[in-house]
Formats: sequence, C-alpha cells, structure tokens
Amino acid sequence: MTVLNRPVPLKILEALPSQEPEEAQATLTGVTRYFKKNGSKELFHALGPIDLTLMKGEFFSVVGPSGCGKSTLLDALAGLSEPSSGSVTFEGRAVKGVPDGVGVVFQEDASFPWLNVHDNISFGLRMAGMDGAEIKRRTDYAMGFMGLKDFAGAYPAQLSGGMRQRVCIARTLVTQPRLILLDEPFGALDQQTRLLMGDELLRLWRETSATVLLITHALDEAAMLSDRVGVMSARPGLFIDIVETGWARSRDSRIVSTPRFGEVNARLWERLRVESMKVMGTATH
Amino acid sequence: MKTESILRAAVVIGFIVLIELLCRLGVIPTSVLLAPSTMVTHGADLLRAGKFNHDIGISLLEIVAASIVSVLLGFVIGLVIHALPRMRRALEPLLSSYYAVPTFIFYPVFIVVLGVGPLPIIAIAVLLAVVTMITATLDGLDRIPRALHKSGLVMRLPVWRSAFFIKLPAALPYLFTGMKLAVAYSFIGVIASEFILSGSGVGYAIGYAYNNFQNDDMYSLMLLILIAVTAVNMVLNRIDHRFQSRRQR
Repeated sequence: MTVLNRPVPLKILEALPSQEPEEAQATLTGVTRYFKKNGSKELFHALGPIDLTLMKGEFFSVVGPSGCGKSTLLDALAGLSEPSSGSVTFEGRAVKGVPDGVGVVFQEDASFPWLNVHDNISFGLRMAGMDGAEIKRRTDYAMGFMGLKDFAGAYPAQLSGGMRQRVCIARTLVTQPRLILLDEPFGALDQQTRLLMGDELLRLWRETSATVLLITHALDEAAMLSDRVGVMSARPGLFIDIVETGWARSRDSRIVSTPRFGEVNARLWERLRVESMKVMGTATH
Repeated sequence: MKTESILRAAVVIGFIVLIELLCRLGVIPTSVLLAPSTMVTHGADLLRAGKFNHDIGISLLEIVAASIVSVLLGFVIGLVIHALPRMRRALEPLLSSYYAVPTFIFYPVFIVVLGVGPLPIIAIAVLLAVVTMITATLDGLDRIPRALHKSGLVMRLPVWRSAFFIKLPAALPYLFTGMKLAVAYSFIGVIASEFILSGSGVGYAIGYAYNNFQNDDMYSLMLLILIAVTAVNMVLNRIDHRFQSRRQR
C-alpha cells in the first residue's frame, strides 16, 4: 500500500517558478472510511488510509476513477462526515462538524429554487445575522464578481446550469471562506463553459487567497487549475501520486495550448489509466 | 388565453348549453333534471332568502375544521414516520392500501364515541383526508435534494433553522399538493357524511330535498357545492402554479 503525502515533481517542470506556501491549512492523517453494505452488517472499505496536507493558499485538485472515494474525502475534510479512523484538522484544530471558514460547492445544483439570485447569495449571511449593509456590500460584490448582477431578481429555474453553479459559488464566496472545497462543481457543464468557469475560479482563488481543494474527474481541469494534483487509486482510494504542476499564480485557460499542459495531462493520465481500467475490470497491468 | 384553456372552457360551456337545450325542449323532463339556468336562478333566490344559510354555514365550518385537522395531523404524522425509518417500512404497506378501506363503515363507531353532531362528521372527513397529507409529507421530505441538506450543514445552521428555512420551503410544493387533496377529501367526507349522519348541513339538505321530491332545491344546492369546490380548487391551483412556475427547470 503506497501513501504519498509529499509532492512528486514533474522533471520537466522543475525549472518553473512556483509559489511555496508555508503554512498548513488543513491536514488529513491516516483517514479511512468504511461503509455498511445495504441490508447487511458487512463493511466495505471506501477510502484510505489517507495522509494529506493542504498548504495555505494553494490550489489542490483530486482526480481518481469513479467510486474511489473522492467525495468521501471531501466530506471528511468539510466535517460533513466523520472518518472511521484517523484525524482531520483545519487551521490546527480537530474537525468536528463543519468548521467556521470552510465553504463547500457541490456537484449537484444546491441553489434554493424558491429564492432569487440575490437572496440565494445572501442567504447564509442573513442566517448568520449579519448587518444589512455588510450583507448588501458582500452580495453586490459577489454578484459583480461572478457576473450575476443583471440576474439578481431571477430565480434559479430561469438560469442555465452554469449560471446556477455560479450562484452556488457566489453563495460560498460571500462567507469569505479560508478553505473552499469544490466537489466536481463543473461536472454537468459543457467543455467551453467549464474552461471559462475554470478561469473564474482561478480569479476567485487569486483574489481571495483562499485555499482550494477541487474534486474533479476531468484531468484537463485539474491540470489547468491546480498547483498540485493528487491522483487516487481505485477503491479503497489512496493517493498513488501527487503531481506538482508548477504553474504561475497568474495562469488562466490559455495554458491549455502550451506543450507543458499536455505533459502534465499525460502524466496524470498515465497514473490514472491503470486505476480506471481496474474499475472497469479490464486491467492486469 | 392558451388554446388548451379555450378548449376546456368550450367543452364545459358546450355541455351546459346542451343540457339547457335538452331541458328546454322537454327531451329531459323537469322531474329528472332542471335546466342549468333554472338551477342558477333558484340557487340565487335560495341564497337571498337565506333558507339554507344555516346548513351552508355548518358545512363550511365542518369542511374548514376537517381540512385544518387533516393537514396539521397529516404533516406531523408524516414528520414522525419520516424520522423513524423502521416504523415507515412497517407502515408503508398499510398506507398504500389505505384507500381500499371504505371509511364510512366507521360511522356508527364515531357516533357512539363522539355523539351526534359535527364531530363524527369531521372525524370521518379527517379519516378520509389525513393519509393523503401523510403521503405528501413523506414524498416532500424524500425529495429534498441531498445538496440542500448539506448546504444547511455547511452554513452551520441549527437543526430547527435548517428545517424551517431550507427543508420546509424545499418540500413545500409537495406539501401543498397534499393540502389540495386534503381539502378535496374534506369536502367529500363532510358532504357525504351529512347524508347519513346529520340533521343539518348541505349534504343533509340535499338528501332531505331528494326524499321530498324538491328537485329545484336539490339541484340548486348541488350546483352550489360544485361552484364552491371549483372556486376553492381554482384558488389552490393558482397558488400551486405560482410555486411550480418558480421551480420548473
């Protein structure tokens, strides 16, 4: 069983300038997750043991074959579920429930259909009892940032899938999280929209200086957006490789046309191919 | 107006005109059916004279009481059953076969327990309406997307705030469907019970008029009920439509 918690640099990218964040934002130590099989007492091993340290301000993506436990990993980090063993910390404190300072964007549309865009975005702030002027300031900023100002009065049903996901991102953004967890947020979008949403995500990451953990099944998305990409094995999910991309912080989707992008992508696929074939039941080596 | 609405109105109006013509031409004798226009004018006269105002008032009160009790009771029972999955698995076959039970067979029991008066009528109507609200509550709670549950957790809302501000609005369209059906069943339960259980109310008045060959009173009261049910249903449908139109994707 191989567990890597140190970055494995790509040789070809070694010369590239990369930011070296110093402070740990969140850690997972020996995290495992077992689930009961439906209708039986038998347990199946879904995840781990996982060791991972997310450095403050970094953009970390997780890729892996279907069912390898990516979302389970995110749930444990978000405090949405307790690991079967091991420990999770956020800013040095053990995670019990969702910690203050953590925002999550889900794959499924989590916008509230009974609220318009403005009220969706400001919902969390209103629930927290924030001052009205501050709610307005943050909501207006988030709507402007995500290009939603013209749709403030629209209901989610009137928006496209991409716009609804922007609403969910904006709803997370207004709470000013220090750690943003994204669970395949662009999974339901077409390729062009995903690229553009990726740019917006990078802009958000740069401007907020938050740490970002992105779960994705799209290797190109992970390669384009991340400082580091963790590659997970088939179930039970383990990190079999952590690839350091070395992109500059000012990157955007134009890097997809560079040879380096192709090389990062190829490296990820090389590590993932065998694992994906295991899931399909066709791999022997 | 949409073509479907025009067609629907045309079918109803066409049917009424046909009945009117058949009655006016004597094809349908007045001893069998009154012309719709006669029902309307006689109904207006009855309302003006206040002959059945007491009965109408009693029926309305019983319907409102039965609707409120069914909706609240059904909602609470639905919440409890949803919170206890094992109990739900045990009860689900009973709930799904509930409408095979002819509720009215219990009327002697209710008279013995609750006495003669509005209470046994309300009880039968509640018995008829409550299960639809229970099933609608279960359905509504089942259909709350997991992402919305999780959103409440991520916003670190206390359980009651998450229930009130996220889960309840998310389940509301389904709960409203249950409310609509509960009101309809309450109408049916009350009017039908009044035929057999009561000495007052619109159902009783219709039965009395029938037994005494007072066709004009009987048909006018029937028309009154139809108009009342249609009006209530239209209002509820309009509210339902507003809920749905915001949510349909």
